[in-house]
Order: sequence, then C-alpha cells, then structure tokens
Amino acid sequence: MDENKKKIKKPRGVARLISGKCIACGGRCETSCPKDCITMDDNGEPIIDIKDCIGCGKCVKICPSEAIEMYLTPEELEILKQWEAQKAAGSKVEEAEELTEEEAAILAKIREYKGVWVFVEQTGGEVATVSWELLGIGSDLAKTLGVELCTVVIGDKVEHLCNESFYHGASKAYLIDDPVFHNYRTESYYKAVCYLVKKYKPEIMLVGATGLGRDLAGAVATDLLTGLTADCTGLAIDDKRFLLQTRPAFGGNIMATIMTERTRPQMSTVRPHVMPMPVRDAARSGEVIRESAPVKEDDILAKVLEVIDDSKQGADAIDVAAAEVIVAGGRGMLSEENFGILQELADALGGCCWLFTCRRGGRIPSLGASGWPDRQDGKAKDIHRLCNLWSDPASGRYAGFGCNHRDKS
Amino acid sequence: MIAVACIKQVPDTTQVKTDPVTGTLIREGVPFIVNPFDSPALEEALKLKDEYGFRVVVISMGPPNTEVTLKKALALGADDAVLLSDRVFGGADTLATSKVLAEAISKLSQEDEVAAVFCGRQSIDGDTAQVGSGIATRLGYTQLTLVDQIQELDLAAKKIRVRRKLEGRHEVVETPLPALITVVREINQPRYPTVPMRLISGDSEVKLWDNSIMGLPTALIGLEGSATQVRKIFSPEGTKGEILGDGENNPDEAASLLIEVLLQKDIISI
Repeated sequence: MDENKKKIKKPRGVARLISGKCIACGGRCETSCPKDCITMDDNGEPIIDIKDCIGCGKCVKICPSEAIEMYLTPEELEILKQWEAQKAAGSKVEEAEELTEEEAAILAKIREYKGVWVFVEQTGGEVATVSWELLGIGSDLAKTLGVELCTVVIGDKVEHLCNESFYHGASKAYLIDDPVFHNYRTESYYKAVCYLVKKYKPEIMLVGATGLGRDLAGAVATDLLTGLTADCTGLAIDDKRFLLQTRPAFGGNIMATIMTERTRPQMSTVRPHVMPMPVRDAARSGEVIRESAPVKEDDILAKVLEVIDDSKQGADAIDVAAAEVIVAGGRGMLSEENFGILQELADALGGCCWLFTCRRGGRIPSLGASGWPDRQDGKAKDIHRLCNLWSDPASGRYAGFGCNHRDKS
Repeated sequence: MIAVACIKQVPDTTQVKTDPVTGTLIREGVPFIVNPFDSPALEEALKLKDEYGFRVVVISMGPPNTEVTLKKALALGADDAVLLSDRVFGGADTLATSKVLAEAISKLSQEDEVAAVFCGRQSIDGDTAQVGSGIATRLGYTQLTLVDQIQELDLAAKKIRVRRKLEGRHEVVETPLPALITVVREINQPRYPTVPMRLISGDSEVKLWDNSIMGLPTALIGLEGSATQVRKIFSPEGTKGEILGDGENNPDEAASLLIEVLLQKDIISI
C-alpha cells in the first residue's frame, strides 16, 4: 500500500436552512455553532455562512423543528466519489464515529442510574390518585427498559401506601415514615427525596403535576441539577434508553418532545387523569426499603398552621382540577335555563357542572352583557384547559355540550 | 428592604395560530405581553412598597425587546428594572433560567436585604411552574408556591404568613424571611399605570445586566447549562370524533343514537 497517499475522509457536508420550517425558537442553532457561522435575521431565522462550517451537525441536532439539514457541496461530492473509490480499493476507513472523552464520561455516569420511580403523593395519609396512574405508565417504561418499578412513600404513618403501591404495579417501595413529614413542606420533602435519589440512583422519576407535586419536583430537580419536564402527555423510551417526554407548549398550539440527555434522573410531571389507571390487584406484593428521616424538625423553617378542606366551604370553593367528571356547557346551549339539564346529568354522574362561555383567539366575544353566564375569570380558564385535556374520548371523564373543541387552545 | 418581582415577556398564546398546510406556527403579528400570572406577583411587591416602603425591583431575563415590558413595570411604580439579556443566556431551560435569575437576586441582596421574591405561578407559554422553585432552591429561600393570600408580614420578627391554594384544600403556612412566593391570580387585582407615571417611566432607564456584569460560566447558563433538550416540535394531531345523527333536524333520533352508544360503552346503564 502506498504510504504517501493521503487518506481521504468522508465529507460531512455543510448546514443549510430548509425554507419554511424555522419557528424562530430564539436562536438555538446560533448558540450551538462552535464556529460562530450562524447569525439570526430580523425574523429570528438563521443565516448560515458555510465558509466556516465544519459540518459538525450540532445545529441540526439542536433544532427543535428539523429546519436545518446537512448537504454536500459540489466539491464535497467530488471528494465523496474519491472516498468511495478508496473504500472500494480496500483502504481502511474509519466508519464509526468515536465518542469524545467527555461524552464517554457522561455515558458512564448515567449508566449508574437504574429503575423507574414514582412519587406517591399523600395528604394526611390520603393518596392523590395521580400517583397510581403514574404506576401504570411507569410499568410500561420499566418493562421496556427491563428495570424495577419503585415508589417513594414519604409521610407520617403512611406505611399502608407501600402495599397499595404494590397492588398498583410497583415491586419495591422506599419508605420514610416520620412525624417531621406530617404536613408537606417543600424543604423537608425535597431533602428526603434527594437523599433517596442520591443513594439509590433511579434513571426516571415521575411526579404528579398537582400543586404539591410541581412544588416538590421543581425543588428536587434544581437541587440535583437535572432535567425536569412539566405536564407530559406522552412518555416513551427511545433506542438509546432515553426517556422521550412529549408535552404541549404555547398553550397547546404545538407539541414538543423533550429529553434529558446528560443528567439523571430524568424527571417528568404528569397531570391527573392524563394516564389511564392501572388495574389494582391485591394479590401483588413487593419489598419495602425503610430509611430514616434525613432531616430534623428544628431545621425546617416553614410551619403549616392550618389545612382547610375546601369541600366544607361551599360549592364555589370546589376545585376544578380535583373533579372526577366534568360536565361543561358552551355557547351552543343557547340559554342559561338549559344548564338545568346539564346539572341533572352532572348530579347523576357524580360530577360537577360549570357554565361558561369561551373566548378563543378573540373570535367569540364574551357574551356576559347579554345575560350569558360569563366566566372569564381564572376558574373558567382552568375549566377550559381541563376540557381540552379531557375532551379526548379515551378519558371518559368529560362531557361537553354545545362546546366547540375543533381547535385546541 | 427589597421586594423582587420576576416577570416574563411572553407571546400572547391565545393569538397564536398554526398554518393549516405546513403545520408550523404563524408568528407574524403575535403580540408580546407580560405573562398574565406575573402581574399579580408585581402587584404584591408594590403593595409592600405602599405599606412598608420596600424598594421594588423588577427583573426579567429575555431578549433586548423585553425592555418595553420592564418599562411598563416601572410605570406601575417599581423603583428599578433589571433586564438580564445576553446571547449566552439564550436557549435556556428552567434550570439554566433559574441560575441567572437567582444570581441576579443574590447580586441585589448585596445592595440591600431582600425580604421576598414574587413570581407568577407559571408562564402561559411554557406552563412549567418550575422557575420559581428553581430560584428558591438555588438561593436557599423558603418556597411558598400557589399563594392566594398574604395574611401577615411581621417585619420585627421577620416572618411571613400566607395561605396556599392547592387541589381541594388551602394551607396556612408561616415561615421566616426571605421567602420566594409564587402567586395565583386570585390573590389581587393588579393596578393600572397612571398617565404621569407612564410619562416618567418613558425616560427612566432599564438596567441591562449582560454576562460581562453577571460573569457566569457558560457551562451553567443558556443552552449549555440546560439539562433538557428539545428533540422535536410538531403540531398536535387533531382527534376528531364521530358525528351521530342529525341533531338539528331530528333531535330525538340523535338522542337515542347517543344513548345507545353510551350504553354500549358502559358509561350509563338503565
């Protein structure tokens, strides 16, 4: 073999924008470019100067809307031909891209993390049912990964919830039972969860997107410096064992698939009633891992003085997000009297009925002035959001009458 | 004493439409507004100014045009406005965003004691409710989310008592200051700017803190400091149900068809 012959590398191509696909995300490609050859125009779209492009493909990978692609310039096509000829001639060609040292270190670190965890949310021993819903999807993820499905049970006299987690599909429960956890406080709970995560290293952690769950997950993820994706509506595993987290963004106008590529655990919150409830089987059992509280009462600054149960405070205090069934009426109900029929249905279903008019994109004016029930307050927005979330027939929790759900908002 | 209000400039998501052909967002002409959840946060800070003479500092991280939104906050009575804007801050997820905001607040606390930081419960474009928690955890402040009432502020004892709104229940919590409070909309009715204040605020200056001032390592901020990566963005698939019968001309038939389906699916029973 001719030693002096220069080895030809396979050309990598250069980046270009695919017209019409850029969503002006805020210049992710610009930031990702190691050679600073991307600048943004007035519309927020990239201008790529291929003179300096080294074909690293970072902008292609970072683009959330697949608006950048690699292509081969005529000169590179020429090189490709030579490369193929060289390959055909039997010369050694390095095919597989080698991992950089940094990438290898990250990969080794994340491989230490195993298992799918679900945080069991409870208030006064009363569990938030979203926790069991998470065990349903958690079980699918654990099966795909071939790992254990575990729960985290933290509270005061909550051991019975370990068995309940086994009935809903978990095979292990990490229990911290101590009076310091009688009432939820961010500080005591997040420190307890972080303690368990650091000790047992789960790769995925799911938390219900309730007021309490979001409060906790945000603190845990920040303390662990890991990724957290809110309000996921879809969870799946990709070919590299990474969690694909799909969630609505921009008020539901678009969907985004989000990854946590470099840190563990991969954390997601999921709203109640989004995932189906798994079948409860009281014959199942599992292993309880007991841990003592890593925090002391004296160290926790916040004190809960009172917990007020809204259901004892009258009808208007009822929380929409906690409702099991929603019966909603929109403009198509034509008159306020007709809502009486809906109230009857709501009572029969054991749900709550709300009347409201929608105003979406300014197209339907608020009809409050003409004797219509006008709910443009926070509650109407909550109801509207839930209606859109639940209007999927599979949820079976929503009945809309005279509501227009053609476009989601 | 300083009360900080964190605000975000967001596209008015109720005005966002998607192109029916390409499925991409149509962003032309979408106006930018203050995140509606943040206005009550600023209002709570301003109430502390009215009552106790706190200095109100409003901060925001975003592109340079966020200045307009911050000027509106000055017109409402905020004493100072700080814009955290730099190319290296861009592309940040909630973890990287909370890093920059927390550093800015800790910089403010060198000027004077920070008693409270107010945030909206979440933004309408991201909807994550994570940045408030992130700031609190990074600064070691007590985190009080979803607050719908500030019941008492005891400046002598440096304590605050608030009511939090959760699913089906409320909680009364007391904690020493400083605290990070995220508010729900029910907490107050934000004020409107007066004409004289608007005129004054037009000339007042928004402080720009870029990374030459913040001096943060790029590995902790922006795209590089983000723990999450957006893999893909796509249009939601519309799920369309089936239309049964003709409700307009033959409501009785439509009703019996509906009952039949509900019976079949075991949703109702006779």
